[in-house]
Amino acid sequence: MIKRFIALVLLLTVGAIFAVLLLGYEPDAELNATARYYADHTAQDIGSANIVTAIVVTYRGLDTLGEVTVLFLAAAIVGLVLSQGRQPASAATRRNLTPVGELLATGSRFLAPLIMLLGVYIFVNGHLTPGGGFQGGAVIASGMLLLLLADPLKHFSHGLISMLESLSGLLYVAIGLLGLFLAGGFLDNRFLPIGELGSLASAGAIPLIYSLIGLKVGAEFSSMLASLTETEEL
Amino acid sequence: MSVLMLTMAVVLCIAMIGGAFVAISGKSLPVAILAAGLVSLVASVLFLILASPDVAMTEAAIGSGLTTFLFFFVLGRVRKGEHDGCGSDHD
Repeated sequence: MIKRFIALVLLLTVGAIFAVLLLGYEPDAELNATARYYADHTAQDIGSANIVTAIVVTYRGLDTLGEVTVLFLAAAIVGLVLSQGRQPASAATRRNLTPVGELLATGSRFLAPLIMLLGVYIFVNGHLTPGGGFQGGAVIASGMLLLLLADPLKHFSHGLISMLESLSGLLYVAIGLLGLFLAGGFLDNRFLPIGELGSLASAGAIPLIYSLIGLKVGAEFSSMLASLTETEEL
Repeated sequence: MSVLMLTMAVVLCIAMIGGAFVAISGKSLPVAILAAGLVSLVASVLFLILASPDVAMTEAAIGSGLTTFLFFFVLGRVRKGEHDGCGSDHD
């Protein structure tokens, strides 16, 4: 009874806070100073048509490096915990598995390459269209997920995935250092020519950095999914 | 924001609250997982209406794609464990 009463009071308090916030909300008539700076200077300084990408990769590039590191740690810990009880799928499990339907088998064979291509498209065009490394990586991982659903015993080379992952991480930091030595600062994209606004080969090193982030994120999610499906009986 | 967009946003919000309600109060676990995925999907459409396509993409791919898979995967694992624990012998 008291528990229920406390829950009700808590709910009402949170509701009251949100109501106050909502009633006091007025949409901004114009951009604030920081947003105005980004909107005015991105096109000339960074050369990226997508302002969000310019902020994520260049202005706040260090934060992105931190995010990628956090994701890497998560993937590493998932792999570590799951590899403790890993056993190769025995012939008995292989026989007991419910056969995959024709629709899923054919559909995944047809769709998975297209989904991965979309993921690559998203991160290569990160400086022109919405989306970027994280989104493209997640889309690539969902392509991998489809492959795993169609054939749960499919074996992915963990060596290849982890090599791809660490290599792109290393190159990402190396490009950041290049920016430090050849341009204005760490992760500065302007040591490559900025090019014409809106073309694919523009915005300096941003397409390069975002492609590396995309590969890294895709490899991390894929390795998590693969280790999840590979551990049979714990 | 035009009237049409506003109506759409309100309808989507109601669908989201309904989905969340089904997710926490439904009896069947698979239906609850699907309802939680639906909440994420509607949230991604709402992000799109609020002019943030980048966030919408992430929400659609991770929130409603990978998370739903993860929940189903764990559900299958847990059920398999229950099955073994009960000592049934047709396995």
